[in-house]
Amino acid sequence: MLTFAVRRLVLAVPTLLFISFVIFMLLQLAPGDPMAQVPLTVPAEVKEKMRQALGVGEPPLVQYWKWLVQVFWIEPKVFIDYMTNSSALLGWLPDTQLYQGELRVISWQTRSPVMDIVIQRIPQTLWVVGMAYVVGILIALPIGIYSAYRQYSVFDQSGTFITMIGFSIPPFFTGPLLIVIFSVQLGWFPSIYDTTHVVNDWASFKFQLQQMILPVMVLALQTTAQISRYMRASMLDNLNQDYVRTARAKGLSEAVVVTVHVLRNSMIPVITVIALNVPSIFGGAIITENVFKVNGIGQLLITALFANDLPMVMTLTFIFAVLIVLFNLIADILYGLLDPRIRYD
Amino acid sequence: MTEPVQATPTPIEALADKGPLEPPRSQWKDVWDQFRKHKGAMFGGGFLLFITLAVLLGPYIWQVDAQKLDIRNKDLRPIWTALWDGTAKVAWNRPFGTDQLGRDQLAQIIQGGRTSMAVGWAAMVLSLLIGTAVGVLAGFVRKADGLLMRLTDLFLSLPILPLLLVAVTLFRQPLREAFGPEGGMFVLIVGIIAITSWMPTARIVRGDILALKEREFILAARSIGTTPFRIVQRHLLPNVLSPIMVSATLGLATAIITESALSFLGVGFPSDFPTWGKMLADAVQRMQQFPERVYLPGIAISLTVLSVNYLGDGLRDALDPRIRGR
Amino acid sequence: MRLKSLLLGAAAAVAIAPAAFAERGADGEVKIIYWQAPSILNPFLSGGTKDVESASMIIEPLARYNEKGELVPWLVEEIPTVANGGVSEDLTSITWKITPGLLWSDGTPFTSADVAFTHEYCTHPEGGCAQQTKFNGVSSVETPDDLTVIVTFEGPTPNPYGPFVGGESPILQKAQFESCLGAAASTCTEQNFNPIGTGPFVVDEFKPNDVITMSANPNYRDPAKPAFASVTFKGGGDARAAGQAVMETGEFDYAWNLQLAPDVIAQMEAGGKGVPVAGFGPLLERIMVNQTDPSPDLPEGERSTAMHPHPFLQEPAVYKAMSMAIDRPLLVEIGYGQAGKVGCSWVPAPEAFASTFEGCDVQDIDGAKALLDEAGIVDSDGDGVREHNGVPLSILYQTSTNAVRQDFQALIKEWWEQIGFEVELRNVDSSVFFGGDAGSPDTFQKFYADVQMYANTFNGTDPQAYLGNGLCANAPRPETQWQGENISRFCMEEYDALHAELTKTADMAERQRIGRELSAMMTDNGGMIPLVHRGRLSAHANTLGGVVLNVWDSELWNVADWYRIKSN
Repeated sequence: MLTFAVRRLVLAVPTLLFISFVIFMLLQLAPGDPMAQVPLTVPAEVKEKMRQALGVGEPPLVQYWKWLVQVFWIEPKVFIDYMTNSSALLGWLPDTQLYQGELRVISWQTRSPVMDIVIQRIPQTLWVVGMAYVVGILIALPIGIYSAYRQYSVFDQSGTFITMIGFSIPPFFTGPLLIVIFSVQLGWFPSIYDTTHVVNDWASFKFQLQQMILPVMVLALQTTAQISRYMRASMLDNLNQDYVRTARAKGLSEAVVVTVHVLRNSMIPVITVIALNVPSIFGGAIITENVFKVNGIGQLLITALFANDLPMVMTLTFIFAVLIVLFNLIADILYGLLDPRIRYD
Repeated sequence: MTEPVQATPTPIEALADKGPLEPPRSQWKDVWDQFRKHKGAMFGGGFLLFITLAVLLGPYIWQVDAQKLDIRNKDLRPIWTALWDGTAKVAWNRPFGTDQLGRDQLAQIIQGGRTSMAVGWAAMVLSLLIGTAVGVLAGFVRKADGLLMRLTDLFLSLPILPLLLVAVTLFRQPLREAFGPEGGMFVLIVGIIAITSWMPTARIVRGDILALKEREFILAARSIGTTPFRIVQRHLLPNVLSPIMVSATLGLATAIITESALSFLGVGFPSDFPTWGKMLADAVQRMQQFPERVYLPGIAISLTVLSVNYLGDGLRDALDPRIRGR
Repeated sequence: MRLKSLLLGAAAAVAIAPAAFAERGADGEVKIIYWQAPSILNPFLSGGTKDVESASMIIEPLARYNEKGELVPWLVEEIPTVANGGVSEDLTSITWKITPGLLWSDGTPFTSADVAFTHEYCTHPEGGCAQQTKFNGVSSVETPDDLTVIVTFEGPTPNPYGPFVGGESPILQKAQFESCLGAAASTCTEQNFNPIGTGPFVVDEFKPNDVITMSANPNYRDPAKPAFASVTFKGGGDARAAGQAVMETGEFDYAWNLQLAPDVIAQMEAGGKGVPVAGFGPLLERIMVNQTDPSPDLPEGERSTAMHPHPFLQEPAVYKAMSMAIDRPLLVEIGYGQAGKVGCSWVPAPEAFASTFEGCDVQDIDGAKALLDEAGIVDSDGDGVREHNGVPLSILYQTSTNAVRQDFQALIKEWWEQIGFEVELRNVDSSVFFGGDAGSPDTFQKFYADVQMYANTFNGTDPQAYLGNGLCANAPRPETQWQGENISRFCMEEYDALHAELTKTADMAERQRIGRELSAMMTDNGGMIPLVHRGRLSAHANTLGGVVLNVWDSELWNVADWYRIKSN
């Protein structure tokens, strides 16, 4: 398994290079103009000058090479400098000062380094989207397991009903609906997420919880629906297997049979879905982030897309690609741990 | 199928061979019998049939043009609003009310249903086919695994919006010439939704196949010389049916919703071409004054997805020989 | 700081009790929401409205337009004119006298050197400055002393109020931006995010595309202002949510540019926490009529160019009938409500430039049919679509994706079909539609459609450059990489000649007469069909006082005067 993991990690490098190239060419092909949002009152020749200042006119391969150098050479240097200079973890090391003021990946919209903005956005993304995902999984697994164990019971039926409705109604509707109910009518929760809020005592923590509840609810609904369906289906497949009968015949308690034997064997599709969706936590909550103004990474991506801010879009999608490759690898390793019969070599 | 034993059998008769009391049962009849016992599945299938017929035949029965503007009769409420609100603007010839431009909502629901159902089914079936094929191939053929899974990673990382814009730029004109303005857009949208949504199915199917193919019954099948194709067809596919069914159900919902998101972003169908998702998206602004404009398409989408889900449940139970006959 | 404000507060309380609000920072926090988030606070590098307006709270120009479109002195003592000797008799130079004693927010004095530097910064050839047109025709900016700026133009300039006037052309601090000239502009993140200004607020933290927190400028020129100690400027989301946050939940005090249907606004207003305010600039929603043939059968490079005139859209009966069939008052009612008026003129504001034409505000379907019949454009093959010289009146009508525009498309399609047209609709994502990507077939410059609908406007109060959008030479075509402002490819020698005359005329009344004539020429000859004169609709909380909606400059132009209305 270790050799497998190492081999896959090594293979990931050319894969990612290829993916980044495909994405880059796709973005080059896509129609769009970083000047689209500049008002029509600005004449064409001025826009052309602005484009040149951004480096749009250069041949695609040159742009791609520059981007590669910036992402794989200059940004790591900045990161190492930061780590040895101001972070608590490695701050005791001498300052490395590798970064000598070369051009980093600069966003066309903000004229500032893309990575700085990404790092700025990570806390609220993790707070809201990550939390929603964890909550969703924690709710979904018991629902899925119990629904399968008591198939066609009232619990199963109502669970199915609610999760399927939850899944078939898009967040651009559930979000505003929750806002109308809880912010406008009842006035319990804020409708706009305060990204400048700092948690430093109990009162501010309570406020943080309040402003997180609505977006977390919307996102968790989707996650819960999806994962509980897969969990239920997979449990059902396994509950009728011979080994379950054997386990019961051995006199094991129902709790042990279900949670140890059946659950472990049912996790493969569920792990796949969970691993597939982790990267999309990072970028998938575009609509919900927009509805509640959470302004996480998803909102960053969509505004960059609309503004045709290619360096930003390119860097963000590349980060997603890295996460996708990484989590799919983790899923593959987990398969092997869950089911020792699966062999890769 | 044990026959009831006669109370006092005569020895000779007991030894004599008897013809079967019931005609031999085909596998598919068993499946159908099991399926019929599943109330949810029968209900789901019935509803699906109803809604399909409704959107197909609806325009012939309810002959109102969905695109006909009637500004004087704009913002009519559905007829049942009159039950509790005597002052509401309602009209019998507009049973579901009208929108802000006076278009008939019932006709729009029917017209929108045609597109949504067509897009949903086509994209779902297409993505299911691609996903299952890739998943089975990757899980079963070890040599193909690496390549196919890296391909999956690639597709997972492609951002959908630029992809669509590229596709619209490159293919809209040729497709428009081949299929007409609406048909061309249909092919384009179904294609885009399918190629951006097959990856989860592929990964899930592959994961299950990886585990299944090490099991004893596959070894047994192989030892008696079953061809790989038959192994996949007879032994592997039936066993990964349940995650595929779930993917199908969720896939239908995703396809309908993705279509609405595309219209929302301005890369979908032309604006005079209603779909359920688009009706829902357009009505969100006015959901406090006119809740029916949200809940009518919302219910239509939910019920369709729900009935596909129950249908899928029933099919899965019916096709599983371990459950069948219990 | 706290002691000082306490003392100030005590002094104010003793001296004049009623003026309690007239003290800097007394009213706490004001929260503003823009549904497009600002991405940079240097308007010279972006040009987006959201960026220009958010920056206008921090950095200021020498003079501004007020809500009536009149120039008011801002960092200067008076507006220079020919009468007061500030503008030279031959209209080639203008002399600004800076108010003495002005300080930057860092405490250093504001001098003419900063003004001259701003010119240098924006006109640097590698800087990619978005506001270069403001400095067009400027030959030099001289600074005889610390408080005098003389701008000299290359030739007589009837309207010398371009450079350093209005929210798009604020003054940057030389000391801060000195190292950011030209190509270095992009590397100055710190400067672009935290510009030092003379405005009422200074940036505490700027999170790009998200939120800006600001606090009162301790060195602001009026010691009693601003009334608010801090500002939270949130961006992102959509117009509906922004309106909701101000008028229904009361979480925010000011929401910008609520482009929503009137019934939606009315519903929000019923929430009772805030009110919408509207103002009208020269923004006009119009249908551009393609003068050239956009047929896909033509080879690329000839499609939608002057090589092939449109088969029927240059026919007066056709475009007149199209205009007559439109019910403009209904469009206003459906789409814009109090934020719209019937649009009859290419230049709907200022009033003195607005032309009009007969029958602009009434729909006349029968008249339109009669007009077409008279011109011999009839349905000869019985398919319900009229033909002109054998070509059916079948048109493709495109616009950007936006709920109101799609409603308009549906209505206008219906009306045009009533008079015998066949209409296909298309909507294009606005970032593609308004993007100048020469490789995309869907940009509004390429105009691969018969008619298209969008809105356009101009800055300031003088439409000369805007009327230049009708000149033959400005038509987008392959040779110009499809750049150009004459979207409908309108081309008339008389028009070009009259516009040339406008550029030479200084007399205001005469300029207005020519302006009206040019505008009428465009609409009468079928270059465009005006639809709706659009206003700007914003909303503020009931407790927010001092808001004066200004469409000629930044909406936040007088944020220093805003205060909290105390409920008693």
